[in-house]
Amino acid sequence: MITTTPEPLEVAASPMERSLRRFRANKIGLCALGMVGLLAVIAVAFFVLDVLGIPWPMDPDATNLERKLLPPDSVNWLGTDNLGRDVFSRLLNGAYISLTVGFVAVFVSLFIGVTVGAVAGYFGKWVDNLIMRFVDAIMCFPTFFLILTAVALVGPSIFNIIIVIGLVSWTGTARLVRAEFLTLRESAYVQAARTLGQRGPKIIFRHMLPNAAAPILVTAVLGVPEAILAEAGLSFLGFGVQPPQATWGNIIADGKTYILDAWWLILFPGLAILIAALSFYLTGDALRQAVETRSERQ
Amino acid sequence: MSQPILQVRNLCIDFVLEDRTIEAVKDASFELAAGETLAIVGESGSGKSVTALALTRLLPVPPAVIKGGEILFDGESVMTMDAAGLRKLRGGRIAYIFQEPSTSLNPVYTVRSQIGEAIRLHRRDVTDVDAEIVRWLDAVGIVDPAARMHDYPHQLSGGMQQRVMIAMALACQPDVLVADEPTTALDVTIQAQIMELLGSLKERFGMAVILITHNFGIVSGFASRVLVMYRGRIVEQGLTEEILRHPQHAYTRALIDCIPQLGSKAKRLKTIDHAAIEAA
Amino acid sequence: MTVFIIRRLLASVVLLFFISLISFFIITLTPGSPYPWGELNPKVSEDVKRIFREKFHLDKPLHEQYGFIMRDLFTGELRSIKDERPVLAKIAERLPATLALNLGALALSLSFGLLLGVYGARHAGRPPDVITSVLAFVFIALPGFWVSYLLAIGLVNYGAVPILGTHTIGVTFSNGLEVFLDRWWHVMLPASILAIGGVAVQSRFIRASMIETLREDYIRTARAKGLDENAVFYRHALRNSVRPLITGIGMLLPALIGGAVIIENIFAYPGMGRLGYEAVLERDYPTLVALNFVTAALVLLGNLLADVLYAVVDPRVRLE
Repeated sequence: MITTTPEPLEVAASPMERSLRRFRANKIGLCALGMVGLLAVIAVAFFVLDVLGIPWPMDPDATNLERKLLPPDSVNWLGTDNLGRDVFSRLLNGAYISLTVGFVAVFVSLFIGVTVGAVAGYFGKWVDNLIMRFVDAIMCFPTFFLILTAVALVGPSIFNIIIVIGLVSWTGTARLVRAEFLTLRESAYVQAARTLGQRGPKIIFRHMLPNAAAPILVTAVLGVPEAILAEAGLSFLGFGVQPPQATWGNIIADGKTYILDAWWLILFPGLAILIAALSFYLTGDALRQAVETRSERQ
Repeated sequence: MSQPILQVRNLCIDFVLEDRTIEAVKDASFELAAGETLAIVGESGSGKSVTALALTRLLPVPPAVIKGGEILFDGESVMTMDAAGLRKLRGGRIAYIFQEPSTSLNPVYTVRSQIGEAIRLHRRDVTDVDAEIVRWLDAVGIVDPAARMHDYPHQLSGGMQQRVMIAMALACQPDVLVADEPTTALDVTIQAQIMELLGSLKERFGMAVILITHNFGIVSGFASRVLVMYRGRIVEQGLTEEILRHPQHAYTRALIDCIPQLGSKAKRLKTIDHAAIEAA
Repeated sequence: MTVFIIRRLLASVVLLFFISLISFFIITLTPGSPYPWGELNPKVSEDVKRIFREKFHLDKPLHEQYGFIMRDLFTGELRSIKDERPVLAKIAERLPATLALNLGALALSLSFGLLLGVYGARHAGRPPDVITSVLAFVFIALPGFWVSYLLAIGLVNYGAVPILGTHTIGVTFSNGLEVFLDRWWHVMLPASILAIGGVAVQSRFIRASMIETLREDYIRTARAKGLDENAVFYRHALRNSVRPLITGIGMLLPALIGGAVIIENIFAYPGMGRLGYEAVLERDYPTLVALNFVTAALVLLGNLLADVLYAVVDPRVRLE
C-alpha cells in the first residue's frame, strides 16, 4: 500500500524474535498458556506417579459407599459420586487421560497430515490432484460420527481412540502443508537449491518444512482441544475410555442418572473440559497472531 | 494573483511500527497554485506518496502520526478539519488516482456503480447520472462508453481501468488531481497514452495536478514545477526546465542521469549511489 | 454459468466415488469381528455363521464386496441387521427431521456468525472486539452435550418445558399455528445448541475476512472518494468479505451432522444422528456404511451448492 523507507537501514529483528515479542505482548495468550502449563504439569505428575507405582494421594478409584453422592465440602472439595469416589481427584485423573489423548492424537494426525501434504505439494500435478480429491472426500464425512463408527468397530480403548481421532483429523494439516509447499516450490531459494544440485528430500527438510513449521505448530495446538472434545463426547456416549478409569466425559455420563440430586457431577467435569479446551484455543490463537507474516496480519 | 490553492508548511510525518519508528516525511514545505502542475519526484520510500495521502488525511492513523506542520487547502486548515469537511474535500476538491488500477477498483461493483457513487456524492447538480458517466468515460477516451460502463473492472484492460479511475476522479470536478504513479504499473506504450490523456484533460478542465513519480522522464513537458524528495526531505524544488538544466543537489543530478538516453552508447544504465549522495 | 455447474457436477461425481470407497473401507478394513454377536458365542453354530458370511459376501475378494454393497445400497436392497428393513428406507424416514435440524443450525450459525464477525471487525482491536473474540472461543470450547444436559434439566425441572422429540406428545393443539410453533420449538432448541460452535467459528472467519478486505487498495479509493466510514465498511468491504459465509456451508455441515449424533440422543430427536447411534450400539454394519455414505453425500451436495453460490456472488468466478 504505502511505500515506506527503512531509514536508517537497521538490522530488523529475526522472525523468531518478532514472534516471541508479539506473543509475550498478548496477555490473554499468556494466561491461556499458563493454564495449559498447569494442565500439563498435572498430567505429567500423574504419569510419573503411575510409572513409579506410587499410589496417588486422594485415590480417584477409592470407593467409599458411606460417603456417596455428597456435595462439595471440606473433605471432598468437589463432592463425591455414586460410589463415594472423590470427584476432585477423579477430575485430576481425567486431566491426565484427556491431555494424553489430545497430545498423542494430534501427533498422529500431524504425522499423517504433514507427510500427505508434503508429498502432494512437492510433486504436484496428478499426484497432487489424486491426493487432494481423496482429502476432499474425507472432509465430507461428519467427523464425530466417523470417529464413533470406527471406535465402535475396533473397541474403545485409549490406544484405539487416539489412533482413530488421529486418522480422522489429519486433513486440515495436509491441506495447509500442501499449500505451503506449492508456494515454496516456486520460490526463488528453492529453485536456487535445485540448481545447486540438492535433491528432493534435502530440499524438503532443510528448506521447505522449516518455513511451514509455524502454521503447522498453530494447527497442532488448535487440534488438541478438538481431540479432547471428541474424546469427551465419546466417553459421554459410553464409547470412550471405559469406567472405572476416570475421564471427564464418563464422569458426566455416570452422573446422568443422578442429575437431579448431584449437580456437581455434571457441572465440574464440564467446566474442566471447557477450561482445558478454551486454554488451548486461546493459546493457539495467540500463537497464530504472533507468527503470521505481515501480509496475513489480523 | 489569488492565494495558492494548496499550502504545505513544515509537514512532519512518522510511522510508528512495532519495533521502530520511521520518519517518513521531514519538514516538507511547498505550494500549489490553482491550475498549476507540480511533479513530486523521488524513489520508492522517499515519502512522496505519504505526502500526497496526507493532503486529505488519508493516512491510516495508527501507524502514521502527523507530528507537526500545516496543510492549507484554499485557506482552510486540513489538520483541524472535521469529518464532514474531510469527506467533502476528498474526491470533491482533491481527487486521487493510484498506481495499481486493477486493485484500486472494487471488483464486485460495475464501473457505472462506482463512478455513479462518486457523482451522487459530490455533484448535486447532476440529474441524469448515467448520461454524466457516459460523458466522462468518453472524455477519457473509452470507446463505446455506454456499453463499457456496465462492465466489471476485471473485464477491462489495465489502461482502460486507469482511464476509468481518471474519469471517476474528474467527474467530481475537483480543484486538484493527485496522480500517484499513474503509469508505473502499465505497459510502456499505454504509459504514453495515459500521460497524453492527463495532459489534454488538464488543459481542458484547468485543474491543478500533482504528479508523483520516480521517473524524471515523464516530468518534462508535463509539469511546470518539480519537487525532488529524498528520504523524507524535499532536497530541491523549482521550475522544471531550470532543474533539468541546472540540478543543484547531488540526488537530483543522479535521478536525471538515470533516465535512459535513446542512442546513448553507454553499456550500463546508471544507478543511484546513496553513499555518495549522503556524503555530498 | 452452465458450463461452470456441469464441471462442478462432474467433479462431485468423482468425489462421490471416493466417498463410497471410504465408506466401504471403514467397515471392511477395521479389525474386529464382522458378526454382530460375539465371535466366540457358543450359541451360534457354524452354519449360521456361514449363512451370515454368504449373505454379506464376506468371503469374496474386496472389490467384489464393494460392488455388492454399492449395488445393494442404491437399489435399496441393503438391509439393516437389526430389523431387516431396507437401510435406505430407514434413512429416508429420518431425512426430513435431520434436514430441519441441520439446516436450522446452519442458518443460525451463518446469520449470527455474520453479525458477530462484522461487529468484531468494525471495532477491531478495541475492547468490544476482544470480548467478542474470547466469547467466540468459549463457545467453540463448550462441550455440546454438557450445555444440552444442563439446559435440558433446567427447562424440564424448573420450567416444565417439553423438549424431547419433534412435537409434544399427549397434547392436542387447537390450530395450525400452534402446531407449527410447537414443531419449530422442538427443532430450534437442539439446533441452537448445535449452532453454538458454528456461530463462533463463522464469526472468526468473517471477522478475519473483513479485516483483510479493509487493507485492499479499493478501500483506499473508496475513502479517497469521500465516502464516510460506514459506507466504506458496509457497502465496499462487506460485499467482498462474505466468501467465508459460503465456505462455511462446506465447513460446518460435517461438524453439524456429526455433532447432531449426541444432541439428537439427548433430546430424543428422531434424526439420522439417533439412527447412527443406535446402529453403532447394535453393530449394524449395513446401516453404518449407508449412513456414513449418505451423510457424506449430503455434505458434498452442500459443497456443490456453495460453489454455485460463489459464482452468483462473485462475478469473477462466473467467467472462469
